[in-house]
Amino acid sequence: MKKKEIMLAAAILLAALLLWGILTLIKPSGGDTLRITVNNQLYGEYSLKEDQTIRIGQTNICEIKDGAVRMVKADCPDHLCMKSEAVTGEGGTIVCLPNRVILEVISSNSQAPDTVAS
Amino acid sequence: MNRKTAILGLCAALAILLGYVESLIPLFPGVYGIKLGLSNLMIVFMLYLYGMKEAFLVSMIRVLVIGFLFGNLFSILFSLAGAVGSLAVMGLTIRIKGMGVIGVSLAGGVAHNMAQMAVAIFAVSSFYLVYYLPVLMISGVITGILIGIVSKEMIRRLGPLLLKEKRKKV
Repeated sequence: MKKKEIMLAAAILLAALLLWGILTLIKPSGGDTLRITVNNQLYGEYSLKEDQTIRIGQTNICEIKDGAVRMVKADCPDHLCMKSEAVTGEGGTIVCLPNRVILEVISSNSQAPDTVAS
Repeated sequence: MNRKTAILGLCAALAILLGYVESLIPLFPGVYGIKLGLSNLMIVFMLYLYGMKEAFLVSMIRVLVIGFLFGNLFSILFSLAGAVGSLAVMGLTIRIKGMGVIGVSLAGGVAHNMAQMAVAIFAVSSFYLVYYLPVLMISGVITGILIGIVSKEMIRRLGPLLLKEKRKKV
């Protein structure tokens, strides 16, 4: 390989590593959306970026604060969901089984394109 | 003129065939979007044998034929972005003094991957795909160098042969 070719390859590799580093630094801890499911049906999706209190039907109230989700009120007897810790990262889940309410943290638009061309 | 038409047709057919052969060889099974770019062999070859115009022609024929045979509208758009992006960058790189076939092929490979990534980000409107870009850049460098080495030999051995015969007969 010629000198300039090696320089080009090195420059691109360096740029890739740099990009990698920057992306890793600014990467959110994965998961930016709260998905609420009630009775196996999607109740709604909410951004974790803004603090808010969400009333889920008549039974539960959950709260988003500083990017973390926790259940603040449930009318079920055991209150297990209220006792569970606040979840943040992708895959974090809180379930209120009596009311069949599921809170899970997901990434919005994490799917890849399904077609690749040659 | 007729001879050139025949050579262009031959190379377009080879590019299409190489694109098919490539789909039979999974380079890294399971790793999304990394491929050898075998048909870029013919594009680089055309670029050195004739020039930008002819390379563009062969590239377009390849994209459209493969697209209509095996793909859909989105996959045509996808490969079109890769083909145009890589050819544009290769056309610029070839003008740099002291840059050889391997450098041109390398730049083309990386540009191809980046252009396709841009389309993918636009298509699913998710910026998170950009986290995959470094992987595609590095793989573009590696496959670009491999394709460049083969292209270099092709140009050295086949190039004079095709051009010489052309001069003799026409």
